[in-house]
Amino acid sequence: MRDRLHELGEQACRRMAEAASLEELNEIRVRFLGKKGELTQILRGMGRLSAEERPRVGQVANEIRAVIEKELAVRTAALKKLAREEKLRGEGIDVTLPGTPVRRGGRHPLNVVLEEIQDIFLGLGYSIAEGPEIETDYYNFEALNLPKDHPARDMQDTFFISGEILLRTQTSPVQVRTMEKTAPALPVKIIAPGKVYRRDDDATHSPMFNQVEGLAVDRRITFCDLKGTLAHFAREMFGGKTKTRFRPSYFPFTEPSAEVDVSCVICGGSGCRVCSHTGWLEILGAGMVHPRVLEVSGYNAEDVTGFAFGMGIERIAMLKYGIDDMRLLFENDLRFLRQF
Amino acid sequence: MKVSYKWLQEFVDIDISPQELADRLTLAGITVEGVKETGAGVSKVITGRIDSIDRHPNADKLVVASVDVGAEKLQIITAATNVSAGDVIPVAVEGAKLASGLVIKRARLRGVESRGMMCSGQELGIDPKTMSAEQASGIMILPPGTPIGRDAREILGLDDYILELDLTPNRGDCLSIIGVAREAAALLGKSFRLPQPACAELAENIAGQVKVDIQDPDLCRRFVGRLIKNVRAGSSPLWMQQRLRAAGMRPINNIVDVTNYVMLELGQPMHAFDYNLLHDGHIIVRRVREGEKIITLDGVARDLTPGMLAITDPSGPVAVAGVMGGQATEVTGKTDTILLESAFFNPVSIRRTSKALGLRSEASLRFEKGIDIGGCARAADRAAQLIVEMGSGEAVAGRVDQAPETITERVVQFRPSRASYVLGVDIPRETACDILTGLQFKVQQAGEELLVTVPTHRVDVGLEVDLIEEVARMYGYNLAPETLPIGGATSGMKTKEQAAVTRVRSQLAASGLFEVMTYSFVHPRVFDLMNLPADSAFRNTLNLQNPLSEEYAVMRTMLLPCLLGVLVRNYNRRVQNGAIFEIGRVFKSRGLDTQPEEKTVLAAAAMGCAPGSWNKAPAAYDYYYLKGVLEDLFSALRTAPVTFRPEPADPSFHPGRAAAIEADGVRLGILGELHPDLLENYELPVKVTAFALDFNQLLALSGRPAAFIPLPKYPGIERDLAILVKKDIPAASIFAAIREAGGKLLSDVSLFDIYFGEQVPDGLQSMAFSLKFQASDRTLTDAEAVERTGAVARALADKFGAELRS
Repeated sequence: MRDRLHELGEQACRRMAEAASLEELNEIRVRFLGKKGELTQILRGMGRLSAEERPRVGQVANEIRAVIEKELAVRTAALKKLAREEKLRGEGIDVTLPGTPVRRGGRHPLNVVLEEIQDIFLGLGYSIAEGPEIETDYYNFEALNLPKDHPARDMQDTFFISGEILLRTQTSPVQVRTMEKTAPALPVKIIAPGKVYRRDDDATHSPMFNQVEGLAVDRRITFCDLKGTLAHFAREMFGGKTKTRFRPSYFPFTEPSAEVDVSCVICGGSGCRVCSHTGWLEILGAGMVHPRVLEVSGYNAEDVTGFAFGMGIERIAMLKYGIDDMRLLFENDLRFLRQF
Repeated sequence: MKVSYKWLQEFVDIDISPQELADRLTLAGITVEGVKETGAGVSKVITGRIDSIDRHPNADKLVVASVDVGAEKLQIITAATNVSAGDVIPVAVEGAKLASGLVIKRARLRGVESRGMMCSGQELGIDPKTMSAEQASGIMILPPGTPIGRDAREILGLDDYILELDLTPNRGDCLSIIGVAREAAALLGKSFRLPQPACAELAENIAGQVKVDIQDPDLCRRFVGRLIKNVRAGSSPLWMQQRLRAAGMRPINNIVDVTNYVMLELGQPMHAFDYNLLHDGHIIVRRVREGEKIITLDGVARDLTPGMLAITDPSGPVAVAGVMGGQATEVTGKTDTILLESAFFNPVSIRRTSKALGLRSEASLRFEKGIDIGGCARAADRAAQLIVEMGSGEAVAGRVDQAPETITERVVQFRPSRASYVLGVDIPRETACDILTGLQFKVQQAGEELLVTVPTHRVDVGLEVDLIEEVARMYGYNLAPETLPIGGATSGMKTKEQAAVTRVRSQLAASGLFEVMTYSFVHPRVFDLMNLPADSAFRNTLNLQNPLSEEYAVMRTMLLPCLLGVLVRNYNRRVQNGAIFEIGRVFKSRGLDTQPEEKTVLAAAAMGCAPGSWNKAPAAYDYYYLKGVLEDLFSALRTAPVTFRPEPADPSFHPGRAAAIEADGVRLGILGELHPDLLENYELPVKVTAFALDFNQLLALSGRPAAFIPLPKYPGIERDLAILVKKDIPAASIFAAIREAGGKLLSDVSLFDIYFGEQVPDGLQSMAFSLKFQASDRTLTDAEAVERTGAVARALADKFGAELRS
């Protein structure tokens, strides 16, 4: 009987080795180990054995069953793996086909740049101040040390609604309004972004454009602080190696006044077409707030000083993205807008 | 202002190159935009005299000239018609280069050899605008006595450099050669030579021949006159002509040229009257009276208005003061005696007058910025000197000089401590003192302070801070260190509205819309295009007094026309699918003389569809698309519950496809398909869906706090319910009825299908809902869910006559 058992074990293992599918393997399992299977049949016949032989044959039978079961598990695993592999082979997709489109839109490039500028100054503790786009002559000009008939009014060709009401030509009126509201409290640290209007229309001028101005007023705010602040801004905005250069200039509402250049963002300062081979790009106007402006806004100009600066967002966006015509920014061609 | 480098050298020794000087000036605030070499590229052009001109044997339009260029005689063929024997002209000899880059070679023209070319001014690089029409069109003919065989560039003063200044409006003093020379001297530490003109004078004195009355001293603070007799009209010398040309002015005649030359050199505009045409030699400077007129030098008859300042004689106005002279007293070839005027006029008055007359001259430009009141006499003397030296006339001794008030120089205090307080850098007192002295300020020490006397030409300096700027700019802005403000910390925070703008912008961009930015001014006809009735509040616009064009003539009261403009432009460029939005201000008039109400509006518009893909069908940009975008936005902003109520009455929208958007009983705006009439007006052959919301209302309704609801512990049961119901029953009513009938156990309801057509009777539709029942304290039984679903179905049957669909 023992021989019969061993033969059965070998037979089962051989069959399992030959089995090509999980179904076949299952048939083999049923045939040998099932309730009516051959091994079970043999074990049922053990009653006929002597009491001495029974445990020994029983042990052999259990060993054989264990061998078969072990082999069955191994073969099942192997065949499962084969079957899975076979299945996966048929399930391939073209991974190079385009993905399912997610319909994302986008922010306007000018607002992308504006938010970047805002974030830099928010980080320096500045708040964002806003004001009307249609202003009075007083806030747009007079309070900024630009009385009527001042020649510097020609610097900003103005759209008028009436004699006293106009489209603001700069966001500086927001500075005056903010100081008026705050004075005599200190400090004032704001940036004033917004739309401004001047009567110009060509490739580098638009009748409406966007400005960001900044204002810091406190005791002992100095010209050096202005330099440091704008140098910091330029490095944050244009990269850590950006250099700044201050040139004396004139604005009625600041004194001393400066035009601020940054080293060319295209060539790094060695000279190229964009910077007209000077290595520098003019991007900011700045200066120390004129004492008359401080006084008009409610501060004692002997005690309190401040600096102010302003920049055009279009200019910065054009430099940043290499846009050569300002009008593109306001045409809103979707093929243009998609690029940002 | 164009400044000759050589002319500057007359007043200061400059030992650096023109480009270096330009850089130094720029960094000191006198911006030099460019440096141009006069006669650039021109070489081997010499002066020659035409000995003879003969006919060309083989050509009617050419002549053969023999030209003496000193060392030899050249045969030159020319087609020019303005030359004749004896003329001295510039000759480009073999190998010469002209301004255009042309190289002159020996040539044969119709069989006759030509060894050079006679040159026009333009060929030598002279701007044709600065030449007379005759000069500009022909060969440049030089004065008869001009030496021959000499380098024409030198003779013509074309060996110079021109600095093109872009001056700030405060530096009127630099609208002159001496003004720039002063700056250069200060920058280079050189001495500045102020001209002290003097000339031979006749024995007779001006006294008794000229009388000046200044009747309006507020508008004319000084009037200096000089009398020149035995005037010989003619042209001015070449060197003077070239300097005028280099400055962009056209030489006219010796007298006019002298007045212009002095203006360029000293910054003092001058005028010359024909003395014999002035009544009684009597000048009265006064405001214009009602009805007075003048014909100005440009031949235009002009009505003057009271308030303008005029130079008059007893018969009436002879010049518009500081703006332009009159034709009646113009200097002509017959003039024998001239009266030179060198005056100081009120800048504001000049500015108003020149604006009112639309006449901006080189003179008015200078007067309106303020000229050097201390320099009037010097300029008059300089003009007399030039005229005498040129042999163009003889100067009568003395001058009239009327100045109603004494001319004083301002004294301004300068505290080094204050400079350091403002600048943040300590500039030693001695350094400040040197800088100010170098700029021609007179400086007196008074303890720690300096008392600074401001010369009369620096009309821009009147406050201590003006002096601080002078010191800082000459010290060098770039030497000041970079620091950050000390003092109290501030927190940089966006306001709720600012944060919301950023948030909405990002949210809508993520939803597939592109942000646009459009002009705040629109064409007045957009309100017609928008289908708005005549009494629409949107037509209450603010109009620009001076728009760029009708296209941008009124301030917008709504955003939608701007967005439609963008869609139209894109559509016409064959970009025919897209969804856009803008957050911008609109302006509601409160009358012409007050500021309008400015409201922020959020608007969007979409046409066509979102493009599909190989695995995704295109999705129409329709009402439900934008509604979905809005619902998502409202959810992101945590607004109060928003309802969409049918809005059949808005003239811009499709009456059956528009909804008023409301929350908490407040109208937020409108969403809908645009009216086909309007699309026709805009010539847009596609459907457009749009919304417009009051941004601040949206903001006020948003930001409800989030509150946690515990997650369900027990499983829920989902049941589907399909009903047949009349099409015209709004879905919102059915949802409300389901929720009511479903009671507390109904945790969610969604509509997953709508069907009408085959197998559904006309006028009805099938709506399939998925209902989810859930209890927070136990596992629901199927029986309960069935019972609730039944209750819902009964309610729908009762309220709407809905039939259960099996």
